[in-house]
Amino acid sequence: MPTLWIKNARVIDPAAKRDAAGDVFVRDGKFVASLSTADKKRAKKIDAHGLVACPGLVDIHVHFREPGQTHKETIGTGSRAAAAGGFTTVVMMPNTSPVADNAGTIQLMKDVIGRDAIIRVYPTGCITVGMKGQTLAPIGSLKRAGVVAITDDGDCVQSNDLMRRAVEYAKMFDLPVMDHCQDHSMTVGAVMNEGIVSTRLGLRGWPNAAEDLIVARNVILAEYTGAHIHLQHISSKFSVDVIRRAKQRGARISAEATPHHIALTDDALATYDTNFKMNPPLRTDDDRRALIAGLRDGTLDIIATDHAPHTDYEKDKEFDYAPNGILGLETALPVTLDVLVRQNKFKLPFVIDLMTRRPAELMKLPGGTLAAGANADLCLFDPAEKWHYDAKVGFSKSSNSPWSGQTLTGRVKTTVVGGRVVFDGGKITAP
Amino acid sequence: MSWTRRHLLTVEELSLAEIDQIHATASAFKRTLTRSVKKVPALRGKTIVNLFLEPSTRTRMAFDMAAKRLSADVISLDGNSSSTSKGETLRDTAQNIQALQADMIVIRHAAAGSPLYLSRILDIPVINAGDGAHEHPTQGLLDTFTMKEHLGSLKGRKVVILGDILFSRVARSNIHALTKLGAAVTLVGPSTLVPDWFTAMGVRVSHDLKSALADAEVVMLLRIQHERQAAGLFPSLGEYTSMFGLNKTRASWLNPQAIIMHPGPINRGVEIDSELADGDRSVILEQVSNGIAVRMAVLYLCSGGQPELVTPVE
Repeated sequence: MPTLWIKNARVIDPAAKRDAAGDVFVRDGKFVASLSTADKKRAKKIDAHGLVACPGLVDIHVHFREPGQTHKETIGTGSRAAAAGGFTTVVMMPNTSPVADNAGTIQLMKDVIGRDAIIRVYPTGCITVGMKGQTLAPIGSLKRAGVVAITDDGDCVQSNDLMRRAVEYAKMFDLPVMDHCQDHSMTVGAVMNEGIVSTRLGLRGWPNAAEDLIVARNVILAEYTGAHIHLQHISSKFSVDVIRRAKQRGARISAEATPHHIALTDDALATYDTNFKMNPPLRTDDDRRALIAGLRDGTLDIIATDHAPHTDYEKDKEFDYAPNGILGLETALPVTLDVLVRQNKFKLPFVIDLMTRRPAELMKLPGGTLAAGANADLCLFDPAEKWHYDAKVGFSKSSNSPWSGQTLTGRVKTTVVGGRVVFDGGKITAP
Repeated sequence: MSWTRRHLLTVEELSLAEIDQIHATASAFKRTLTRSVKKVPALRGKTIVNLFLEPSTRTRMAFDMAAKRLSADVISLDGNSSSTSKGETLRDTAQNIQALQADMIVIRHAAAGSPLYLSRILDIPVINAGDGAHEHPTQGLLDTFTMKEHLGSLKGRKVVILGDILFSRVARSNIHALTKLGAAVTLVGPSTLVPDWFTAMGVRVSHDLKSALADAEVVMLLRIQHERQAAGLFPSLGEYTSMFGLNKTRASWLNPQAIIMHPGPINRGVEIDSELADGDRSVILEQVSNGIAVRMAVLYLCSGGQPELVTPVE
């Protein structure tokens, strides 16, 4: 384990309210306040002039497709894409094949993570058996097996009573419940936001009301039971307002926004490009602006990617038949910087906070800090570098990104996990 | 002006001049259709594949006949006989058709946007014969062609489209064609089937049949499908007919010269009274006949023909 001396960076550590030029030191896999003269002499020195050094990014919403759909992504390839995007900690969704609704599957995932992952990867478990929304999964056993949250992911629990019991039960283990908010009865056959664009394109619309209903349901249940419910990838303006009011009342509600929902709108679907098809769908500019306002005032707590790989041949279909989801890990930082910092004048440390300390705290994970003694998980990036992103030569096994072929501003240079440099100069350096 | 477009994917993408060119070319072809020898040699030696992955009678027959009148060889494939029923992707099916040296492909598909998708994959012209609820450009072109035959210029003309607009590709193609041609379009039907979103396409939306039909010069009816009722979009076919069905009394609200149109297939007694469908204001069968001439024009132009080369033969 090398000793590292990262020199002359702009050091941003939201947890310590630090934003100053300086150095960062790593020894024995942990951050340290300083190095001895002898340590300094033998330390690997990284010249970070012009770069930002911040805690490794944390993404609590990724799909790594293992077990069962390893043609799309694996824990190994997904963790490499994460490292290339500056992420050092991710939380996987349980919609694998089979779904992660029992301790055995969680153990299998942990074994693969131990063998193949080059960053920290945490599993979640299902809320219900088979993610079918019928009966509760063995939530206690899942917790004991090591899940950090439970969720039925895209198969939002439709029964209000079952959801009430799930959050009430999970509260006993202090286990957050993550929910993809979608009333299925209102979204049969829906493939994009319902509105002017869907009307013109003749595509079946997914009304934001279908999200708003379940967001409101979850707010009510969080307040009724006192449990923590985390609302995934909020896309609707109305939902932002519901969450804002709930937080004012003190509800244990947290919520995320994705880079794509704050960057893009349903206008992008004009050419039926399936790399803009995801669930929840891209919505209107009004919604997009409301999400940004929600991030600004803390209504929305964090950025999460919903990194959802699909192969070319799965995405290369008629729009109605292509699966939902896009890649996110390798573009999240530049896209978020572009929307929040450049277009909307957010302060850089605040944006870093949305992608590091806050998601780590929400899921009670280590990381998200440069504090001495903490795991040396670090991201070094150049906020000004322009680079050409080609998803085909990216690190994910799939290439379904709406940003492929575009020039992005802001580039991750080095990613360090537990003191080990796992990504550097455009290459994965972990074995 | 010469014709440069190779595909016909939507009416939305057409300029007014292009619509006029198609109509003019269709007029010329229409005159050939009443001769005893109806064939013209325009597409002799060309092969056109009709790939109909969704059921169709009228459109498929009209495309078939249009291609034959142009002396093209025609091969028709439907959803069941093609390999898509064995799980072949649209890309593979289409590439195979191209590899068989087809010169043009006409596609009907349940998924909106599929013709655009095909046009990006293939080197040969792609003609949209209806894609999901998106567009049915030749229908919009033949409907406006028929209207022009009766009314002359459509500028400022009051046109009502009545029925299930939300799920209708015919409505969308007509909306684009009519607004480009300057008509004043009003969409009418139950609020669940005619959402206000449509106003963004430059038309009026109304749920009051009487005021909408008042002085209208064209009323176009759309088929009401049983599935929509099953999906809870309106209470019953009976209630639909009582609220929005076109009958004699309601037809009397129209301009006395008004024409009644329907792209078919019609549900007699549901969206239209039988005697109106067969009455002298109905141009429903003219639409069908004009469908051949308009499709001849589209096939001819998109395979590289030029409008001025169509010789009107008396």
